Order: sequence, then structure tokens, then C-alpha cells
Amino acid sequence: MSGIAGIGQRLYRGEVSYDFVGRWKRWYVISAIILLVSVGSLAFRGLNLGIEFRGGADFAIPSATCSVSEARDVVETETGGQTIVTVASSGTMRVQTIPLTSAESVALADSLGEACGVPGSDITVQVVGPTWGAEISSKALQGLVIFLVLVTIFLSIYFEWRMAVGALVALAHDLVITVGIYALFGLEVTPATAIGVLTILAYSLYDTVVVYDKVKENTRGIAGQSVMTYDEAANLAVNQTVVRSINTSLTSLLPVLAIIIVGAGLLGAGTLLDLAVALAVGMAAGTYSSIFIATPVLAQLKRQQPEMKALAARVQARRKQAAKLAPKSGEAASGVSGESGDGSDDAPAKDSASPTASPEQLREYARLQSGERQQPKRQSRRKRR
Amino acid sequence: MAPPATSKPGRSLIALIVLLIGGVVWAFWPGTDSSVRLGLDLQGGTQVILVPKPVVEGTEITEEQLAQTVEIIRARVDGLGVAEAEVTTQGSGNSAAIVVAVPGVGQDRVVELVQRTALLNFRPVWNVLSPLPVDDAAQEDATDEGEAADSGDADQGGAQSAEIVQAPEYSPEFQAEVDALSCIDPVNLAGGTPDNPAEWLGACDQTGLQKYVMEPAFIEGVSVTDANAQLTQQGIGWVVTLEFDSEGAGALADASTELSALPECGTGATPCNAFAIVLDGVVVSAPRFNEPILGGQAQIEGDFNAQEARDLANVLKYGALPVTLDVVDITSVSATVGGDQLRAGIIAGLIGLALVSLYLLLYYRLLGLVAVLSLAVAGALLYLFVVIFSKTIGLTLTLAGVAGAIVAVGITADSFIVYFERMRDELRDGRSLRQACDSGWVRARRTLLAADFVTLLAAVVLYFLSIGSVRGFAFILGLTTVIDLIIAFWFTHPVVVLLGRRAFMSGGSKWSGLDPERLGGHSAIESLAGRSRRKRRDDYRERESEKQASEEQEAQDSTEVRS
Repeated sequence: MSGIAGIGQRLYRGEVSYDFVGRWKRWYVISAIILLVSVGSLAFRGLNLGIEFRGGADFAIPSATCSVSEARDVVETETGGQTIVTVASSGTMRVQTIPLTSAESVALADSLGEACGVPGSDITVQVVGPTWGAEISSKALQGLVIFLVLVTIFLSIYFEWRMAVGALVALAHDLVITVGIYALFGLEVTPATAIGVLTILAYSLYDTVVVYDKVKENTRGIAGQSVMTYDEAANLAVNQTVVRSINTSLTSLLPVLAIIIVGAGLLGAGTLLDLAVALAVGMAAGTYSSIFIATPVLAQLKRQQPEMKALAARVQARRKQAAKLAPKSGEAASGVSGESGDGSDDAPAKDSASPTASPEQLREYARLQSGERQQPKRQSRRKRR
Repeated sequence: MAPPATSKPGRSLIALIVLLIGGVVWAFWPGTDSSVRLGLDLQGGTQVILVPKPVVEGTEITEEQLAQTVEIIRARVDGLGVAEAEVTTQGSGNSAAIVVAVPGVGQDRVVELVQRTALLNFRPVWNVLSPLPVDDAAQEDATDEGEAADSGDADQGGAQSAEIVQAPEYSPEFQAEVDALSCIDPVNLAGGTPDNPAEWLGACDQTGLQKYVMEPAFIEGVSVTDANAQLTQQGIGWVVTLEFDSEGAGALADASTELSALPECGTGATPCNAFAIVLDGVVVSAPRFNEPILGGQAQIEGDFNAQEARDLANVLKYGALPVTLDVVDITSVSATVGGDQLRAGIIAGLIGLALVSLYLLLYYRLLGLVAVLSLAVAGALLYLFVVIFSKTIGLTLTLAGVAGAIVAVGITADSFIVYFERMRDELRDGRSLRQACDSGWVRARRTLLAADFVTLLAAVVLYFLSIGSVRGFAFILGLTTVIDLIIAFWFTHPVVVLLGRRAFMSGGSKWSGLDPERLGGHSAIESLAGRSRRKRRDDYRERESEKQASEEQEAQDSTEVRS
């Protein structure tokens, strides 16, 4: 544990810095592959929609003593329709049939109970009309759109529109991956899944907001100096929050994993398990995207801004000059952080051959940022911006 | 930015204690129900989701119609005599849904009850026929003809639909179909098929003793404003009084004037002087007009006993549903399965909580203990709030809500992590612990507010726009987000500040979780004067003005740190 704290400290000071922003190409490629698989599964395999979306009746028989074929026979004689029978590890048998009327479903529950040695009243029955799922999803979609509009407005006011775009890109990334996993593994999509997906929405944005808040803090007044570029300040922010990101995703995932284990062990398929699976996938994707997608996207958008171009040019010029005057420390600096230049060669105002900020410079800048903010005359700083 | 952090931790803690005590008193006030209301998925029972559809296609359902429908269904479900039965609406307009939840009742009874709610039409009677199909009537004597209009029988109805005959005009084909209609088949007495008020109707009465041929309706049920069972003025027998709104009163006046002049029904005369009250395709009552009714108030006389009169009044008053209802989802959960789900949810929650606590303790040591305590207080607050909301707004805790609470463990723990990491950052910058508690808080607070606002926004939008289990989830998510903020502001931060004043923490003990050595910052004592920080800032400014001289300074600075 103290090892993590030590790394945390070095990350914070910029002594150990991983170039999350500069290596955007790598992350984009990784994400693109995952997204492609997701979209491919969605296109070719499609989603396994639960009866809430198809319409039908669902019977959950706890500790059933009958075999799958016996249950199927009972259903086929009674309804004459097709049926899906599955048995969960907990011994609960799930029987899904064509849509039934209320009276038919009661009769079928009784005969299933008789065949499987369970009182009919112990069987959980759900009968859903074929339009209900569509109704739930259209409502959820409507909510989603309104929420996204509101959150974009909020992020644009609280941060800036570029951050809103970055956050939405990260969000879309997480949602597509989650849906893709459902398609790939043929997991059943139920209203509980929809809840899970909506939670991911909140979680993914929450995670991104925490990282962006640090970026905002680090880049306050950045155009007024020439020590560090926006990319570097943003990258420092990601490095500074990476320990928090790891801790948070662990504390968020532990309870969800507990649900999955308990849910699968005690209950078999059900609302809790459906929800937890969506959450686990979405949370993992949410943590990944807040680090590897959201901030690089933001940095790319910022690079197009004239002030940031000018800043990058200024920083570049200053470093060249510094390198000439003090070749020793300049070499040391580029030696430590030399690898951080590779991903950013096509950035318009950057020359990949010239050294980027040394760890000391980054640390200095961060320290200045945090040091200044405690001073009583904060007003003057704000004006200077 | 935000004002400086509070330096009076005592006040915040007192505020929290007051809130907790207030919550306990409210939640457990003697004589009130202090249990958490459990959803059907946790305690077993039947839930029916109904989607109301406007009677006339293409029109919008008004709030008033929806409220009226819920009122009617509630009246009927209450008739089951089950406590805690619940009828709620979700959404509005044509996309609204009505959720009927009844604990512990077999689903067939609930569905039957709900489907009885139906449309009421008043039609002039054209003719009264034998209940048997015409070809059978030749063999069997139709003896019961001419009997008085019957009473409403509350136990009618069911899942199957009545066979009714409708035609836009009186035609030979219509007559033939009416003739073929059998009123001794129980299916045709059950109701459930709304009749079109604009067309002619052939239908049975609910006892199966008569078959009626009726003209298009002159009043639709929504015009009935009130109906009551009353003793007659002589005190012998019962009557049902009816009140109509102005539109209904006008139509009634016209119809009664016209019909009361006609010959009596059952004698073969067409048209005759009775009108039929038709509920979902079944004639519940067919009284005769004795005289023109001009005041909008009518009285149905008959051979009623008290129960029959009351039932008819109820049908007239509550059967007048302004919408038709589609049953879209029936979920029936046995009590054992419900209990299992609740148990699994609680076990998962406890395991999750234990794992998170263990992690926090290992990683943050004493601070981790503060975090675990914060989680415990948050859990207590959540329980209190759920009890209070169960009492006040009828919140029910569903499985989705339990899942929301378990997920909230992680999000709540994140607030502490953000705060503690910020504090550590401040310590790494060489601040004293007391400074770090406050300055770290000021920065963490802003992050927390922004991040929690996004979550709250999601919860509020979902709550107001979604239907079904999503709503219960959204409510708990929003609630836990608010609790998260309360705990962070009124518990975690004040406790950390108080601890920071004690030697164990400020001395940087190994077990405090803020050991400067471990964090690798300047030791607390070294930085007490804030000298190094001031020096660094001055250095920086100097470098800014004389950029070319900066490198040596930096080299010096870095050796300082590395040594």
C-alpha cells in the first residue's frame, strides 16, 4: 500500500509522469478496436431482449425438481407455443413462453408447479404485453436526451464547451462498450439493464467531472505563462488524479462484484444480477475513458484554440533558448521525458524533436498553481487571467 | 470561488447530530408506522401495470381523467380489504401508466378486479328479448320475460370478454346477430368489451335473464357526477339517486321526455320506455322512465336490497371510467422469493460495505476509519430517510432501490477519496496538516459539488420521466447523492479537522494515513513556517522576469528535492 502512496506522491509532483495525453493515438486505437467489436456484435448478433421487450410470460420456479424437457412438455401441451427453459446455478428454473392471458398464466403456473414439485403460489410469474418494453425504452430514451441536453449546458457553463464535448465522447464510448458486451455475450436485456446503463451515464460523467476539475485547476491562467503547454498541464492533472481514479473504481466495483457473486450464487438470474453486470462493465469502461479518452479529446480540442497554439509556440521557443544556455540540465530534462513526445508529432504547433517540459518544470508549475491559490490576494490573479 | 472552508467543525457536527436526532424522532414517533415499506419484489404480491388509452383515438388523456381513473381503481382495490394496496400513476398524458400493487394476493383476483373498471353508457332500449338464441328459444320456454330491471351484482366480471353485437344502424343482419346471441353462456355476462356509444348494441344483462336491443347512447358515463343508495321516503326499500352534469342533464331531459311517452318494454313494442345502463358491454340496469326528468337528478327505483342499491350506485359512480385500460404487465412474486431477494440484497450490500471498509482502512489508516464511520452514518441517514419517505410520500423500497443503495456505497466512498487525495496533495506541497485539512477541503468541495450535481441531475430527470422500476432506482440514487453531500460537509470534513488538531495526526504518525514520510512530502515541521513555499514562489517570479537565469535555479531546486 505504501508503494501506491509513494507512486501517488511522485505522480503528483510530476516526477513520475505517464504521458496519457501525448499517447492519445494508442488509446484511440485500443478504444476503436473495442468499439468496433461492440458495434460489430450489435450489428451481427443483436441484443437478446427480455420478455419485457418482446412480450410474453416468465415463470421462475425455485428449487424445481423437474427436468428441462419435462417443463417444456408441460408448457407446450398447455400453450402450444414455443418456450425457453433455463436453469440457474441456484436451482431456480426459468420458463419463458409466448404472451398469455392472466388466467392462462395462473393455470400454467399451477401445472408447472405440479410437475416440478413446487406449490404454484411459490412461482414468480410475470406477464408482459408486447408494447410495454417499447414504452419503457421510449421513456428512458426521452429521459436520456433531456438529461444529456441539461448536462451539456451545465458542463459548458461550469467548465467550457470543449469539456462538455470531451465528457460526452467519453460517455458515448462507455455506453457503446456496455451495450456491445451485452450483444457479444448474449446477456439478456431487461428493464434492470436499462437502469444499469442509466447509472453508468451518471457514473461516467461523475468520473470525468472529477478529472476535468483538476484539469481546470491546473490550467487556470495557463495562457499567461510560458512554462508549460495545455497538453502538459492536462496530462499532469490526469497523473495527479490517477490514484484517486484507481481507488474510486475499486470502491465502486467491490460492492457491484458483491452483487454479482451473491446474485449469481443465491438467486440466479434476476434484477440484481442484470443490474450488476451492466454496472461492472460500465464502471470499468467509465474509469478507462475518464483517463484515456476524455482528457486526450479535450487536449485535442484545445490545441485548435489560437491562444493555446501561441502558448505551445512560446513554450517551445523558451525551451530551445534554455537548452542552448544550460545544455546539461536541458539534456537531463529531455532524457527523462523523451518518450512523452511520440504521440503528439502531428499537433500543429509542436515540434516533436524539441524537448517537452521536464518533470521539474511540470512540478514547478503545479506547485505554483496550488501555492498561489492559497494567497489572500486571489482577486488579482483572477484579473490577470 | 467558494468561501474559505469552515474553521468551526463543532457546529457542523452539531447540525448533523440535530438532523440525526430529528430524523430518529420523526421516523420512530410512537404510534406511527416506522417500518420501511417494501416493494412487491421484496415482500411478494401482485403488481399490475395498466396503460390508459383515450376512448376516442387521437385525443390526449387529461390529468383530470387520469386522477379520476386512479380514484376509481383505488376504490375497487380497497374493496379487496387488503391493507397497503397501492395505486399510483407514473408519467402523464397518453404515455402515462397506472401501477396497481397488492401485497400477497393471487394475481387472478387483482387482474379481475382491475379489468372490471370500465365504460358506462346510457342507451334507450329498443326491445327486450329472450336470453336464449332464437333457434333454441323454440324448444325452451322463455318464461322470465317482463321481470323488473335487475340489480347490480358486484361479483360479476372477469378476464374474458363478453360477446356483444354492434351495428351502425338497425339492419336485418344486426337483428340476426342479436338473435344468435346467447345470454346463458357465462362469457357473455362477464363484461370487458367496451361498446361503441355511437352504434346500436345487442347485449345481455348481467344475470343472463334478458337480452336487450339498444339504440345509440344518449349519455356517456362521464356525465354522472354522483350516485348514491338511499332509503325510500317511506323507509321501505332502497333507491339509487343519480346526479348529472349540465350536459348529461340536458340529454337526460330530452331522452326521458321522449321515452316516457312510449309503451312499456317486454311487450314487443319498439321502441319502448326503458333505458339501459351498459357497463363494458353488459346491461347492469334497465329502469323505466316514469316521467320526464328535467332537473338533472334522477332516481332509480326497483326491488333493491341495501347491498344491491349500493353496488349499483358504485358502478354508476365509479364505473364511469373516462379511459380504457390495457393490462401490459402482470408480475406476481411469491413471498418466499421476495424474502430471498431482500436477503440477497442485504447480504450483497454488507459484503460490499465490508470490502470497501477494509480497503479504505488499509489504504488510508486513521483517515480510512473516518471514511468507514462516514459510510456508517450515511447508511443510518439513508435508513431514516427511507422510513420517513415511506411515511410521508409512500416511498416503497424495491429491489432496484436496494441496488441503487449498494451502488451508492462506491460513489459515497469516492467523496472521501477525492477529499483525502486532495489533502495528501496539499501535504505534498509542504503544507501543515491543519492547512491541508482546510485547503484540501476547499478544492475537494468544489469537485464534489460539481460531480454530485451531475448525478443528482440524472436522478431527477430519470425520476420524472421514467416509469416502472427505474423510478424507484432514481429516487434512491438522488437520495444517496444528497446524503453523500450532507455527510461530506457535516461529518467527514469536521471530523478530519478535529483530528488534525490532535498530535497523533499533526505529528504525522505512521498510522494516521497522512504520514508525510510515506507521502514523500516535506515533513510537517519543516514546512510549518511556509518558508519553502514562499521561497519557491518568489523564485518562480524571479525566473519569469529573468527567464534566461532560470535554469540554474531549477537545477538547484531539483537537487534539493532529490536529496
